Amino acid sequence: MDPVSTHTGIGVPLRVSNVDTDQIIPAVYLKRVTRTGFEDGLFSAWKNDPSFVLNNEPFSRGSVLVAGADFGTGSSREHAVWALMDYGFRVVISSRFADIFRGNSSKGGLVAAEVAQPDVELLWKLLENEPGTEVTVDLREKTVQAKDITVPFEIDDYARWRLLEGLDDIGLTLRHADAIDAFEATRPSRMPTTTG
Amino acid sequence: MSTTGRTLAEKVWDQHLVRKGEGQEPDLLYIDLHLVHEVTSPQAFDGLRLAGRPVRRTDLTIATEDHNVPTLDVLAPIADEVSRTQVDTLRRNCEEFGVELYPMNHAEQGIVHVVGPQLGLTQPGTTVVCGDSHTSTHGAFGAMAFGIGTSEVEHVLATQTLPLKAFKTMAINVNSSDGTLRPGVTSKDVVLAIIAQIGTGGGQGHVLEYRGNVIDNLSMEARMTICNMSIEAGARAGMIAPDETTFAYLKGRDRAPQGDQWDSAVTAWRELRTDDDASFDRTVDIDGDALTPFVTWGTNPGQGLPLAGNVPDPAAIADEGEAAATRKSLDYMGLTAGTPLREVGVDAVFVGSCTNGRIEDLRSVAEILDGRQVAKGVRMLVVPGSMRVRFQAEDEGLDKVFTGAGAEWRSAGCSMCLGMNPDQLAPGERCASTSNRNFEGRQGKGGRTHLVSPLVAAATAVRGTLSSPEDLD
Repeated sequence: MDPVSTHTGIGVPLRVSNVDTDQIIPAVYLKRVTRTGFEDGLFSAWKNDPSFVLNNEPFSRGSVLVAGADFGTGSSREHAVWALMDYGFRVVISSRFADIFRGNSSKGGLVAAEVAQPDVELLWKLLENEPGTEVTVDLREKTVQAKDITVPFEIDDYARWRLLEGLDDIGLTLRHADAIDAFEATRPSRMPTTTG
Repeated sequence: MSTTGRTLAEKVWDQHLVRKGEGQEPDLLYIDLHLVHEVTSPQAFDGLRLAGRPVRRTDLTIATEDHNVPTLDVLAPIADEVSRTQVDTLRRNCEEFGVELYPMNHAEQGIVHVVGPQLGLTQPGTTVVCGDSHTSTHGAFGAMAFGIGTSEVEHVLATQTLPLKAFKTMAINVNSSDGTLRPGVTSKDVVLAIIAQIGTGGGQGHVLEYRGNVIDNLSMEARMTICNMSIEAGARAGMIAPDETTFAYLKGRDRAPQGDQWDSAVTAWRELRTDDDASFDRTVDIDGDALTPFVTWGTNPGQGLPLAGNVPDPAAIADEGEAAATRKSLDYMGLTAGTPLREVGVDAVFVGSCTNGRIEDLRSVAEILDGRQVAKGVRMLVVPGSMRVRFQAEDEGLDKVFTGAGAEWRSAGCSMCLGMNPDQLAPGERCASTSNRNFEGRQGKGGRTHLVSPLVAAATAVRGTLSSPEDLD
């Protein structure tokens, strides 16, 4: 997982609350053998609607999703995070996230930035009036900035630390690589191997 | 955990501790052997690729194709698209990451839990993991072995370690007056009886250690059958202390220690016993003298009874919840309360799986089938657990006994245990199966499964109703 400290990209206003993970990616897209390629399932039920925000330039090139409250509820599928990231999103802004989604986000490297609802409204207005506006999310300062708007966001310290350090579960274990090396050095030579 | 004597499980845990967790952190344990198959590995390899990570120890990792593979026409491309994709993906991943793979038609291919032991890779005191719950099988060697999820598969591939929370210990003592089981009673009956006694959640959070004179006298293959189904009691793992039987099984196998190393290994392995002053969190006693052939009548492995019994009557069960669960199971199974289990007729018999697909299992089935015929209207599949088992059975002429009796002799794989390949029951079909799970739809949508020993499977095939060898002429 790459460390994230700041990210800048086109903001996408999604004026919908309670976006559950079945809407983010329906179950029919979960049969794959890969951990990538889920972008085609992202919001697939809404893609038939020409007015859906991601069907329009320049939003289709967006990487900062500004959504309504209670984002990521429902099924625990990690594929919801993978689908958002595969599409190109690096940050989701909402005034409230579902717990499991929030946990899955920090595992996958997606920033789930909690912004107060009035500030979300400000961002929505700006992004709708001036499509293509870039939004900068600063994880160190915990701020969201777009044009002359700068608002704070919340994220739990552990998730923030993992994102800043670029640590997934494996990354966390690899911080103890010395201990693993040391252990391996003491293994008896008689231990079985699968090769040679 | 005990501060004085330690149990077998605690000793193996301590020997693999890379780092003791601080506070709420789990311990970090080293993994000696990682077994990989096509179903639970693709996203794990893809995760490595995305993060630019290699497999840390390809020399401690081995892959085989088992869950999806057809057991007929094995030289043709796999017809089912999803199955073919998973198998092809495993082949590409193993090639890219340098993992040794035993593909279909390779002499070492087979069910992952049959392959590890027969190569001598599964050794006493090792830690063994696989993205498959029946990894508990390997505990028969005094290894600590458990199933893991796909994200953990990726974790082990990348780090050769796993963060694990502490466990509780449970002793399961199986003793009989002379250390033997009654004729016609096998280790499968022992484990089905254990699960019926402690329940499918009885082992939760525990590592089970099977002990007692009955266990001491079992062969390695019979011990594997018991440890295999530890997961059906909800346990994290099941173990049996290594002894002379274990050492004799391992000696000379391809991956077992050779020469001087063999002697030092055996010396170390002899230490792998629960200390006399160690204590278990829980103890369960099983009377080996009372055990008779056991069959399941319901839709979870805990719903079992002696074959001599009758289909249970929900009306006679005081507990409302249990009565309702029984009714639901009987409804799915198409059984009437009070029917003697021996009168339940079957459409199919499946011999195979990581539970009972080894050479001793096939020999015991052949012994019953020799000179007899599978009953009219009954389809019998005999599926060896590995290609080695298949070749050995053919060397011994067992295949001729099976086909001569009217059974089908197949290639190696998981097959009808879980019906991910074409070997499935039709809706409503009833099967006596030597496998490990009788869940609704496990062997095919609408299929009805009775878990049985190989001996009961063979006798049932001959009579067409649930039977044991003593029912045969």
